[in-house]
Amino acid sequence: MDDRTRRRRIHRQALSISLALAPFGIVFGVACVEAGLGIAEAVGFSAIVFTGSAQFAAVGVLGDGGGALAAIGAGLLLNIRSLAFGVLLAPSLTGRVGTRALLAQLVIDESTAVATVQDEPRWRRYGFLAGGLAVFAVWNLTTVAGVLLASVDDGFITDLGLDAAAPAAFLALLWPRLVGDGGREGRRIAIAGGLVAAAAVPFAPPGIPILLAGLGVLAARTTREVPS
Amino acid sequence: MSTSVVVIIGLGLGTYALKAAGPLLLGGRRLPTAVERIAQLLPAALLASLVVVSTVAGDRALVVDARLAGVVAGGVALRLRAPFIVVVAVAVAVTGVVRALLG
Repeated sequence: MDDRTRRRRIHRQALSISLALAPFGIVFGVACVEAGLGIAEAVGFSAIVFTGSAQFAAVGVLGDGGGALAAIGAGLLLNIRSLAFGVLLAPSLTGRVGTRALLAQLVIDESTAVATVQDEPRWRRYGFLAGGLAVFAVWNLTTVAGVLLASVDDGFITDLGLDAAAPAAFLALLWPRLVGDGGREGRRIAIAGGLVAAAAVPFAPPGIPILLAGLGVLAARTTREVPS
Repeated sequence: MSTSVVVIIGLGLGTYALKAAGPLLLGGRRLPTAVERIAQLLPAALLASLVVVSTVAGDRALVVDARLAGVVAGGVALRLRAPFIVVVAVAVAVTGVVRALLG
């Protein structure tokens, strides 16, 4: 495959993966308004945190009236995988310290995906950049669109059922972990996490049930795996 | 400083540290297997708890309302291999209709 064809194929991959995220960005903007945040805060999340699942978790905790520590904790726990992505991508993200520091902000699920599907190592960095920049642009634009849409009239969120958008989005993100190879373990963990969270809701302050679910499952797995 | 600004800065710094650790510090070395396992498993537990909490949590109580019908409908759409946007649209539409019917 020549360089031009290769580049075009990477652009197509980056474009389709970023457009697939557009509805998610709109849902995030709506969730921000629902949690009482303004447009600057919504864009602050999308540009500075720039990791969908962590943003949703933190804004969800804030919307339930949770404190800063619970919101940060929920977001970070959900985002531990970024550490693994960064390690996986490290061989492609070379250069001066400043360059690597800038590239690191684009380490997300989608840029990792576009990078790792390139069979030749020399194209991984290009795929990473194309995927990361495309998602950054689409993600921030659609966040703004969601805030504007939801700000038109605040009653419209519950009237139209938009408060179900975030749980449905979480379910859609969870789904691939419940089906196919390894789905059995995913289902067991998901059921355990869901039950812990539901049991904790009446007793714990907002945001804490999510942390408890993560920590509980983590503790159960770690202790069980120590002997082997 | 408002709570949300504290969260944006705190979560932004924490998330950046996680993203940058590999490219800045580790070079080509791999993470210990145990950490990789946990990073693989944790999202299922956290996402499931987020589904539960955002569907049935009220003010320190479990509340069953139109949201549950919408999320179940979204699950059916996922089962039928609907794309992301359709899943969210189905959940939103069903929640809106059920809420209107219940008055």
